[in-house]
Amino acid sequence: MADPTLRAARFPRGAVLPLVAALIWSAASAAGILSGPMAVSPLEVVVTPFVDPSGRELWMALLASIARVLSGGILGGLIGLVLGYLAGMYKTAALGLAPTVHTVRQVALFAWIPLLTAWFGNGESTKLVFTALSTFFPLFLATEQGVKQAPSPLIEAAHTLGLRRWTRVRKLYLPAALPSIYVGLQIAVLSAWIGTIGAEYAIGNGRGLGSYIASARDQFRMDIVIVGVFALAGGGVALSAAVRFITAKISPWSQEAR
Amino acid sequence: MNAFAIEHVSKSYILEGAERPVLKDINLQVGHNEIVAIVGASGCGKSTLLRLVVGLDADYRGTISWGNHDRTSASKVGMVFQDHRLYPWLTVQGNVDLAFDNTRLSAAERRDRTSHYLQLVGLADYAKAYPRQLSGGMAQRAAIARALAQEPEVLLMDEPFGALDSILRMRLQDELLSIWEKNKVSIIIVTHDVEEALYLADRVLVMEPNPGRIRDVVEVDLPRPRDRSDPAIAELKRRCLATLV
Ligand SMILES: Nc1ncnc2c1ncn2[C@@H]1O[C@H](COP(=O)(O)OP(=O)(O)OP(=O)(O)O)[C@@H](O)[C@H]1O
Ligand SMILES: [Mg+2]
Repeated sequence: MADPTLRAARFPRGAVLPLVAALIWSAASAAGILSGPMAVSPLEVVVTPFVDPSGRELWMALLASIARVLSGGILGGLIGLVLGYLAGMYKTAALGLAPTVHTVRQVALFAWIPLLTAWFGNGESTKLVFTALSTFFPLFLATEQGVKQAPSPLIEAAHTLGLRRWTRVRKLYLPAALPSIYVGLQIAVLSAWIGTIGAEYAIGNGRGLGSYIASARDQFRMDIVIVGVFALAGGGVALSAAVRFITAKISPWSQEAR
Repeated sequence: MNAFAIEHVSKSYILEGAERPVLKDINLQVGHNEIVAIVGASGCGKSTLLRLVVGLDADYRGTISWGNHDRTSASKVGMVFQDHRLYPWLTVQGNVDLAFDNTRLSAAERRDRTSHYLQLVGLADYAKAYPRQLSGGMAQRAAIARALAQEPEVLLMDEPFGALDSILRMRLQDELLSIWEKNKVSIIIVTHDVEEALYLADRVLVMEPNPGRIRDVVEVDLPRPRDRSDPAIAELKRRCLATLV
């Protein structure tokens, strides 16, 4: 109870710096140092998503982006998981697949957009494919690595126990790869989020946080742009926390060790 | 008819570019329902020999042939490794259950067998524990339960009782013998304990290192149950130790 570290933890020290920044920001706009058509005060930013008619559209945009990140992320993530598993497990898959993936991965993510719009048009499918792509690479790499790191003593035990292929996948290679997959998932979820928003921003039409920010910028609504940027950060933090929560839930053998 | 036969088996590892012989001209025939113990100095190749027999390493000279059963079905050969090799993400129960993966047992039969063998090694209360929650000796017993649960025709055990106290060790030796009597299984057991070898085995192979080879074969022609303080065992022990040291 009287543990000083616990009491210290209750006060969010991480909040100090943002609060100070917000204070300086409001002082500056109150004192008129920040002025002109592009200047916004923190208060405006806080109320805009609730009172302003265009500001209120933020929530639908946020929802649309989250739906997109989930569908595209799950699609790309599953493909990454399966192909990464094959590349980690089988020599032929590794030889046939890995060099291509490792080379294509070097293409900067957003350089895909012109190509994807040419292939899939200027709409939903391009955004989905782009999000899927941005999730695919981290999960492919993490799964491939993780599967390769399955301890050979346990592989030998699988041999002497006569484990069937599917049992080996479920009870050996997948759990052995999980720590690596978790790290990949952390990277993938942020990469998917950035990818989704980026695709929405670049393509511009349809619902979503990215296109919302883009149109606010075109209308010189700095307050909405800033609200959008905060929502983007908040979404990223929430997604990453969700991944951490879920991963802690599904590996009880390591969780209890802490 | 032999359970299996090892003929002129030699094995070397490449160490720092040089070929290092580890086993040299090993010959051994293990009959059905026979217990063979292997003793020998650390590093003389006992674990290596078991690895060859169970098929984990095919890189050797000579032949290892099997009697009447098909070696492609691995569940007929069980192995207790020198380290426990439990899967850290499965409970003790889940680890033992792996033994039935290649069988057609129903879920209920699997549960029964699992609890039977956990009971046998004294881990009934730890069925739901994860391996890291076990002591070294408990983990080793869980691994023994897993191998026994396979109910193999040939059981290879690499220092299975090494981490156990002497009371538990003697109890498990007796359990092993009673399973052996019931199930008609051939057993090869590697041990550092000459008394254990003489108490359990029909034959004791005494190995010598550099390169590993069989130096002496001691027939233990004593009826079971044996008396651990039998002067005949003491006599055989003297003979083994004379070869070992
Ligand atoms: N993978 C390997 N690569 C190179 N050398 C090896 C390898 N595995 C074992 N050896 C060598 O083979 C020899 C025999 O090893 P092995 O594990 O069979 O000994 P052991 O008789 O089981 O010893 P212990 O009683 O200590 O368990 C050792 O000298 C060891 O260094
Ligand atoms: Mg050994």
